Amino acid sequence: MKINETVPTIYEQMVSRGVDRRDFLKFCAWMGAYLGLENSAAAQIAKAIETKRRIPVIWMHFQECTCCSESFLRSSHPIVADILLDKVSLDYTETLQAAAGYQAEEILHETITKYKGEYLLLVEGSVPLGADGSYCVVAGKSALDSLREVAAGAKAIVAWGNCASSGCVQAANPNPTQATPVSAIIKDKPIINVPGCPPIAEVMAGVLVHLLTFDRIPQLDSLGRPKAFYGRRVHDTCARRANYDAGLFVETFDDENARKGYCLYKVGCRGPSTYNSCGTIKWNNGTSYPIQSGHGCLGCSEAKFWDNGPFYQRLTNFPGFGIESTADQVGLTVGGVAAAGVLAHAVLTNVRKRGEIGERPGEAAASADQTTPPHSQS
Amino acid sequence: MNGSHDYQRVYVWEQPVRWFHWINALSIVVLGVTGYLIAHPPALMISKEASFSYWFGTVRFVHFVTAYVLLTNFAFRLYWSFAGNKYANWRSFFPLTKAQLRQIWDVLKVDILQFGNKPVETLGHNSMAYFTYTATGLLTIFQIATGFALYGPTSSAWFPQLFTWVMPLFGSEYTLRIFHYAAMWIFALFTLVHIYLVFYHDYVEGHGVISSMVGGWKFLEKEQIEAEHPTGMSAFPAPKADPAPVPAKATKPAG
Repeated sequence: MKINETVPTIYEQMVSRGVDRRDFLKFCAWMGAYLGLENSAAAQIAKAIETKRRIPVIWMHFQECTCCSESFLRSSHPIVADILLDKVSLDYTETLQAAAGYQAEEILHETITKYKGEYLLLVEGSVPLGADGSYCVVAGKSALDSLREVAAGAKAIVAWGNCASSGCVQAANPNPTQATPVSAIIKDKPIINVPGCPPIAEVMAGVLVHLLTFDRIPQLDSLGRPKAFYGRRVHDTCARRANYDAGLFVETFDDENARKGYCLYKVGCRGPSTYNSCGTIKWNNGTSYPIQSGHGCLGCSEAKFWDNGPFYQRLTNFPGFGIESTADQVGLTVGGVAAAGVLAHAVLTNVRKRGEIGERPGEAAASADQTTPPHSQS
Repeated sequence: MNGSHDYQRVYVWEQPVRWFHWINALSIVVLGVTGYLIAHPPALMISKEASFSYWFGTVRFVHFVTAYVLLTNFAFRLYWSFAGNKYANWRSFFPLTKAQLRQIWDVLKVDILQFGNKPVETLGHNSMAYFTYTATGLLTIFQIATGFALYGPTSSAWFPQLFTWVMPLFGSEYTLRIFHYAAMWIFALFTLVHIYLVFYHDYVEGHGVISSMVGGWKFLEKEQIEAEHPTGMSAFPAPKADPAPVPAKATKPAG
């Protein structure tokens, strides 16, 4: 079933909400810039928003802390959250909807049947598979059943935050509830992972704007993250980067180097292996981000970042070798054992292979002329 | 034992194999040292502004350049395992025959546990050593794949992009980094045991194992070469028509 022609366009709804033309164009320009598009794209975005019918959106909450929603609501351009989340598109979301109980469930049911294959599914939180999914039950249905049911008719799925993308803290070892990311459960739908704990508000808005206006999945990296926002390492956009290349490092958080603003690599900064836009878009209306404030990156947009602890150490525990053993400790221990083994073997060789080693009768230099030459030498 | 040795020298390691060995050894040392520095940069007290100094960037640059050297060298060695002589042949590296498996057992018994004094005489490596080099070869492939997967995102060259599939296997780049780093320790461990064992064989058996990687020649008693047992001498059954090579005339000292 096609989306009803009487449904207003996104722009029409914006105007009815009191957004003037100037603010609208500013919004389009911002979005174009966040998406890394060229200047002319702002016009394309404007045109798309003016002409496209609204796409129904369902926002599901599973095992999570709602920090993704909170982040989104604090977007530096409230117009985004206001338009996309509050009025225009959101058909169902446990946290913000006015409806409750049967009424809310009916809206959900109506949306997924009426707009089958048309709606966008946004998932916040991981899905517990342990104990038949009883760790997270909404409206009498396990998270797994709800997700399967709603995902079946979705056009595309956006996995908000580290929870939905890779499990986050509840999936940290030993993962008691078997918290599972969306991409491990739903295999037949396009899934966009927007990791972070939480993701940056402007990144979330940018992804949604891309989907709503271009009606296309943005270009994704090998872990399913939009390249526009997760294409570069925090390290590569870091203001402290020059100190890294110069080998100037903070050794402890209270040393002179920390005051000078040196690189936080040696106190555990995960910037070099974390893909996110923190260095460019930053947080709280572009105010700052952890590294700028003197704290290393925790790598919250990367899978298993909770298990890659301790956070304030460059080299962390090597998987499979217990708590508090880095690769170096394992390596040095095994190396030490090997060196001891080599030494013992060398001693043993001299004892047991005495007959093989050294001169044998007729091999002394004095009797060299008695040795039969292998070939007659001229 | 009649006291006199009727040694014959045999050209075992061809020049490309020797070049491979030493370039590989040097690359591993450079990669290991720079890799360790990247993981544990020393605390330097420099008063200069960051923009006037670039030593850590240089360490990383050396690491990346050496990675390409290692890769090219390794690729060449793979080619040479088809083009080279029987001691360098790929078949020797896989212990698939009974004779090879028996030799692995013999080496463990005689050289490692030291039961019995009769050395396992071989011209090429023994089967145990060939098998170990297969393992280090796989480890090299692992390091190449993980290394270029780590390097890829910061490079616009096409080659590192061939390894973008590696990172999802590990879940995150951080985990990948830990594994890439830990594998360095295996190389360190291998180097320790490898150097010890070469000294051991040279010391106990006296066939010139150490110098063979410089000049290519090994020395073995004539009767042992003649009585070449399949796998006994090369770990890889030699065709009867292909006797052990005789020293080339040109290499003999003139006069």
